[in-house]
Amino acid sequence: MSVSVQTEDFDIGAEMAALTHGRTDIGAVVSFTGLVRDMGGGRPITAMELEHYPGMTERALSAIVAEAEARWPLQGVRVIHRFGPLAPGAQIVLVLTASPHRQAAFEAAEFIMDYLKTRAPFWKKETGADGGAWVDAREEDDAAEARWAR
Amino acid sequence: MQVLYFAWVRERIGIPREEVETSAKTVMDLIEELRAREERYAAAFADLRALKVAVDQDVTDFDADITGAREIAFFPPMTGG
Repeated sequence: MSVSVQTEDFDIGAEMAALTHGRTDIGAVVSFTGLVRDMGGGRPITAMELEHYPGMTERALSAIVAEAEARWPLQGVRVIHRFGPLAPGAQIVLVLTASPHRQAAFEAAEFIMDYLKTRAPFWKKETGADGGAWVDAREEDDAAEARWAR
Repeated sequence: MQVLYFAWVRERIGIPREEVETSAKTVMDLIEELRAREERYAAAFADLRALKVAVDQDVTDFDADITGAREIAFFPPMTGG
């Protein structure tokens, strides 16, 4: 498991190569990348600022990955989440999951993203022509997390 | 203890963190103390349904015991990803 919280951009290909380097037992790698959209709350967005809670963020992400590893037979997990100022089109978050078979890799990646949305302490502020506005949490995200309850 | 504020809570109160001397037993007691300080605190803590709290970096409830806690953080629901 490897978790990074950083301002720098990331290279998906390089991260995937690092995850599978020297291994021939991995059958599936699923990759999710979140990007900054140019629309938010029905208005054009010119910039986004991502704030986080240093210390708790890394702890929360590690706990989410540990939970995924307890539920699925994962051979490797990589999570990168950026913070600071980000322009539309920029990469925000990367989740890679590796497993012998695709179903576990798909499900684990989705699980990690659903939990990350509601449990990792990040907050987005979107800037448009009329100023900045904090993004409201979405009920759909709570519902997405709830479907993994057991 | 250190009290931390994030996102619009930080903006409304005007500072990211502060040392607070308190004998509050629960998160709610601490909120009442802060609310009584100044209007900006009362404004930030006006609607608790819009707020979450973490005690020593674990999200918990407003009735949680904070005796001996080092770090209390207040923030809106998370919006990462």
